[in-house]
Amino acid sequence: MPDVTIDWYVALSIILFAIGALGVLLRRNAIIIFMSVEMMLNSANLLFVAFSRHLGDLNGQVLVFFVITVAAAEVAVGLALIVTIFRTKQSINIDEINLLKG
Amino acid sequence: MGNPIVFFILAAIAIAAAMGMLTSRNAVHSALFLVLNFATIAVLYIVLNAPFIGMVQITVYAGAIMVLFLFVIMLLGADKLGGVVGEDKWQRYLAGFLAVALVVVFGIVLAQGGGVDTGTATAIDSSPAALGMRLFEGYVFPFEVTGVLLLTSMIGVVVLGRKKRGKDA
Repeated sequence: MPDVTIDWYVALSIILFAIGALGVLLRRNAIIIFMSVEMMLNSANLLFVAFSRHLGDLNGQVLVFFVITVAAAEVAVGLALIVTIFRTKQSINIDEINLLKG
Repeated sequence: MGNPIVFFILAAIAIAAAMGMLTSRNAVHSALFLVLNFATIAVLYIVLNAPFIGMVQITVYAGAIMVLFLFVIMLLGADKLGGVVGEDKWQRYLAGFLAVALVVVFGIVLAQGGGVDTGTATAIDSSPAALGMRLFEGYVFPFEVTGVLLLTSMIGVVVLGRKKRGKDA
């Protein structure tokens, strides 16, 4: 049974990031796209924590705090934007959101 | 850095939950799959000697952020809106190709950088107290900027969410 090394965590992070990117590219529901962005942020966080453990350095864990804070602010503003768009267009399908001034 | 069996089980659950989020037609199911994914990653944080980050992940991500998502989904009745892809089928193939290309590029980088693995360091003190000391010793200014960011986003949400005066009031 081999030991778990940093490479395994990097690989898991790569796969999760790719799935998140695929979600952004494929899905047309703006809320699902936001969730995919959250997952990409999370895969980066996993990498931070894994390298923090690997290098014995606490700074990686501190940076995760800032990423989580920025993600929370981004979600609040993004969901408010989605609600506003839904009020005017009655849809959150991003293929139909094609006007700068609705 | 953890037991291989534990890592494989958690990684499998995380990837399966991510795929479930990607392929669910119902947005509520997607959100719940994402909660499962976040919870699995929180367990990985605990395995990686970061118990406090794991708890923050559960409370902030799986708790606050995903509740906000579910709230908006149910508020808009958006759980059935939007198919998996747009009308053009070529978009699906292009997206798949780009995702595979992304994995390949990262994989090449990972394979080339594999030589720097010098073994794992000894476990460090990652208690909330140690984290707090590090945060306020080296990251005071970013911490203050974070406060401004949160205030700005809060004001932005209030302004965006307000009903226009005299419009369908």
